[in-house]
Amino acid sequence: MANKVLRKPKSFYDIYERNPSSDKKMPHYCPGCGHGNVHKFIAEALDDFNVADRTVFISPVGCSVFAYYYFDTGNIQAAHGRAPAVATGIKRAHPESIVISYQGDGDLAAIGTAEILHAANRGENLTVFFINNAIYGMTGGQMAPTTLINQRTTTTPRGRNPHNEGYPVKIAELISQLEAPVYVERVALIDNKHRAKARLAVRKAIKNQIDNLGFSLVEILSACPSGWKMDPVDSLKWIEEAMVRIFPLGVYKDITKEVEPYQIKKFKPSAEEIVELLQLNTETKSFERQPVPERYRNPEIKVAGFGGQGILLLGAAMAQSGMLQDYYVSWLPSYGPEMRGGTANCHVNIREIEIGSPVVSDPSVLIAMNRPSLEKFEHDVQEGGLIIYDSSLVEVQPTRTDVEVLAIPATKMADELGNTRIANMIVLGAFAGYTGFFAIETLFETLKTAIKRKKLIDINRKAVEAGYKFGMEHRVRK
Amino acid sequence: MGKILVKGNDAIVRGAILAGCRIYFGYPITPASEIAETAAEFLPKVGGTFLQAESEIASINMVYGAASGGIRSMTASSSPGISLKQEGVSYAAGAELPCVIVDIMRGGPGLGNIAPEQSDYNQIVKGGGHGNYKCPVLAPNSAQEMSDFIQLAFDIAEKYRTPVYILTDGYIGQMMEPVEFGEPKTDFPRFDWAIYADKESKHNLISSIYLDPEELEKHNLKLQRKYAEIEKSEVRFEEFMLEDAELVFMGYGIVSRVLKTVVEKMRQKGSKVGLLRPKTLFPFPKKKIKELTTRVKKILVVEMSNGQMVDDVRLAVNGKCPVEFYGRMGGVVPTMAEVLEHANKLLEEQARG
Repeated sequence: MANKVLRKPKSFYDIYERNPSSDKKMPHYCPGCGHGNVHKFIAEALDDFNVADRTVFISPVGCSVFAYYYFDTGNIQAAHGRAPAVATGIKRAHPESIVISYQGDGDLAAIGTAEILHAANRGENLTVFFINNAIYGMTGGQMAPTTLINQRTTTTPRGRNPHNEGYPVKIAELISQLEAPVYVERVALIDNKHRAKARLAVRKAIKNQIDNLGFSLVEILSACPSGWKMDPVDSLKWIEEAMVRIFPLGVYKDITKEVEPYQIKKFKPSAEEIVELLQLNTETKSFERQPVPERYRNPEIKVAGFGGQGILLLGAAMAQSGMLQDYYVSWLPSYGPEMRGGTANCHVNIREIEIGSPVVSDPSVLIAMNRPSLEKFEHDVQEGGLIIYDSSLVEVQPTRTDVEVLAIPATKMADELGNTRIANMIVLGAFAGYTGFFAIETLFETLKTAIKRKKLIDINRKAVEAGYKFGMEHRVRK
Repeated sequence: MGKILVKGNDAIVRGAILAGCRIYFGYPITPASEIAETAAEFLPKVGGTFLQAESEIASINMVYGAASGGIRSMTASSSPGISLKQEGVSYAAGAELPCVIVDIMRGGPGLGNIAPEQSDYNQIVKGGGHGNYKCPVLAPNSAQEMSDFIQLAFDIAEKYRTPVYILTDGYIGQMMEPVEFGEPKTDFPRFDWAIYADKESKHNLISSIYLDPEELEKHNLKLQRKYAEIEKSEVRFEEFMLEDAELVFMGYGIVSRVLKTVVEKMRQKGSKVGLLRPKTLFPFPKKKIKELTTRVKKILVVEMSNGQMVDDVRLAVNGKCPVEFYGRMGGVVPTMAEVLEHANKLLEEQARG
C-alpha cells in the first residue's frame, strides 16, 4: 500500500488535445463542480473493468458537452436531450459496446424526458449518469426542471414559484417506477463518505451493463458553485441541507440479482440466405402474350366495389397476370381515408410500352362489383370500352350504349361454388375469357402468388375456370 | 431473381436490406407506416434491428447513434414527421454521418391531410434544419426506382459522409409495379471515422461542435466543397423526347408520370413537347436546364405544391426562356387532362406570339 502511485486513470487522456484552450492539462469545469468527481469515478471503473476500448461515451448538451476532451473511449456528442436515443442507436449497432449516456438536469429531465423515459422503459442495456445540480450551468444559471422551490435563478429571479413553474422533477423516483430498469440509485457529492457511495454506485451501474443486465441510472446531486453563485464549501452544505431534503438519497430500485442476463445473438446471413429471407428467390414464369382485338390492347382498368369484396386483390391479380405475360403493369389503390370506408377501387394499367401515369381516370375497362361503383364510374369509361359488372348485386343496367357490357352474376356463381369471397376471381376469369387477354394458365400461375392461403388456391382455381368459361360463352366478335 | 410485383414502400425496404441496411428506427405516420411495417417484418429475419421509437426526434437520433457505429441505418416518415426530424438531420450533416431518410410527402401545412403533396421540396432540398448544409435528395417515380435509389442513397451517403433523402409521395409508395431487385451486399468497408467499440476506433469522435468561429467556418467550407463535389458528380435526370422539344415539361415523383403520358398524347397530335425529370433534386440538373434554354421556347414546371422546385428551375434558366408553373395543392394530383389543357393553352399563346 505504501507504494501506491496516485495517477490519473488510464481511461482519461493524458493531454486533453481536443480542448482548444492553451492549457491542455486542466479540465474546463469550474472549481467546486461535481463533474470532475463523476468523470473520475467513471474512468476508474472503466480501467478496473478493462472496458475502455469498447466504451462509447455520449456527451450531452450542458457543461459536460466536452466530456470527450477527457475520456479515452469512443465519443459521440449528441443533441440536447437526445443522448439516450443516440446511445440506443450505437448500442443496437454494436451490442458488445459499453455505452454511457451522461446527462445534466436540463438535458435529461426537461428537453429529453421522452428519450430517457423510453430508453429506460425499453430496458436498453445502457448506463445513464444523471448530474442533478438544480440549475442550467452552461447557459448561465437558468431554472432547471430540478430547481428547488424558491431557488433563485436568472429565469426565476424571485425564486421558483410552484404556481408558475411547477415542482422539482424527481427522476430517480420516476424511473424506478418503470418495469424494465434494473438499477436506480440517487447519490450526492457532499463529503468523502458520500463520494465513496457515489463511486460504488457508478461502478455498479457500469458493471450491470458489462453483465448484460439492462438499464441502470444513477442520479448524482452535484454542486454548481458558479450557477448557484456560492463558494464551493457553501455549495456542498447546500446540497446536504437543501437538495437532499427534496431529493432523498438511496437505492430506488435494484433487481440486478433477479434478472437473467440477456444473450447477444449474432446472425449474419449469407447472400443466398438474404435473398431467401426477403422472399426474392422466386423464379418468375413467363407466358406468351395473347393475340387480342385492337380494342382490348393496353387496357386501362378501374376495379371498384365494396371493401371486403377483394377489389384490390382482383386488381393486383390482373397486374400480376399482365406481368407474367411480359407487359408493363401498374396497380394503384384508391388513396386516402376512403380506403378505410365502405368502398374500394384500384387502377390497373397493362401496357405494351412503359407506363406513364398509373392513374386511370378514363378507364377502357371498368369492373364494377356493386351499384354505387357502376353509377359513379360508368360515365368515365372510354367510348368503345368495356364494362363488366356483377349482375347478382347490381340490379340496374349500365346506361351507356357506346360501350360493350358483360353482366356476370359473379356473387351468385361464387355462392354456388361454396364461397362468396371468390366472386372477384370469377370476374378475373370472365375478363380473360371474354377478351382473350390472359391465357387461363397465366391466371392459374397468378393464383399461386395472389392467394396467400394455400388451401384456398383450389377453390379460386375453380372460380377462375367458371368465370373464364362464362366470359368465353359471352364473347362478342366485332 | 425474377421480377416481383411489389409496392414502392415494400421495394424500398427490401432494397435497403439488399443494400446492407441492418437498422431501422421509425415512428408510425400515414402514408409512410408501411415502410416501418415492412422493415419490422424483414429486418429481424436478416439479423437486423427494427425499433419503433418514442418519437420522430428519437428515431433520427437513434439513426445518428447507429450511423456513428458505421452501420447502414435508415428512418422513414412523412412531412410533419420529417419537420420533427430536422434537428437530428442537421446534427448528422454537421457530424458528417451517412444515413438515409425517406420522406413520403403528404399534404400540409400543419396536420394537413394524408393525400400526396410535394410541398416538402423546400424543407428537404434546401437543408431544412439549422446551419449551412444540404442533403443529396433522390426522387424516385416508380417501385423499381424505390429499390434502386435506396441502394444508391446508401452509396452516396457513405461516399460523401452525409445524410441522404429519398423524397417521394404516397402514390409512388402505394403503387405496385414489377421490380427487379439487385444482388445483396454482404461486404462492408470499415470506415476510419466510425466508432466500432474497439481499440482501433476508440479515438474517433462524432461531433458537430466547433467552438472557435474560425474552426467552424473551416468546417463549413469543407461541407461546401463536399456539396460542390456532389453537384459535379451526382446529378441524375431522365430525358424524354427532348431532342426537338419546344415546350419542356418538368416534374418529379408522381407528377413526372402524369407528364410522361401528357407528352405521349401531345406528341401523337404533333406537338413538339418533351419531359425533363430530375432524379436528383439536390444536386439539381442545372447544366441540362441551361443547355435547354438555348433551344426551347418554354418550360412548364408542374408540381403538387405552391411552386417550390420552380424556383430552382428559374435560377437555372436565369431569364433565358419563359418558365411557367402549374400546381395543385392539398393532395390533389393534377390529371393528365388538366395538364394537357393547360399546356395546349400555352402552345396557343405561343403560336399567337
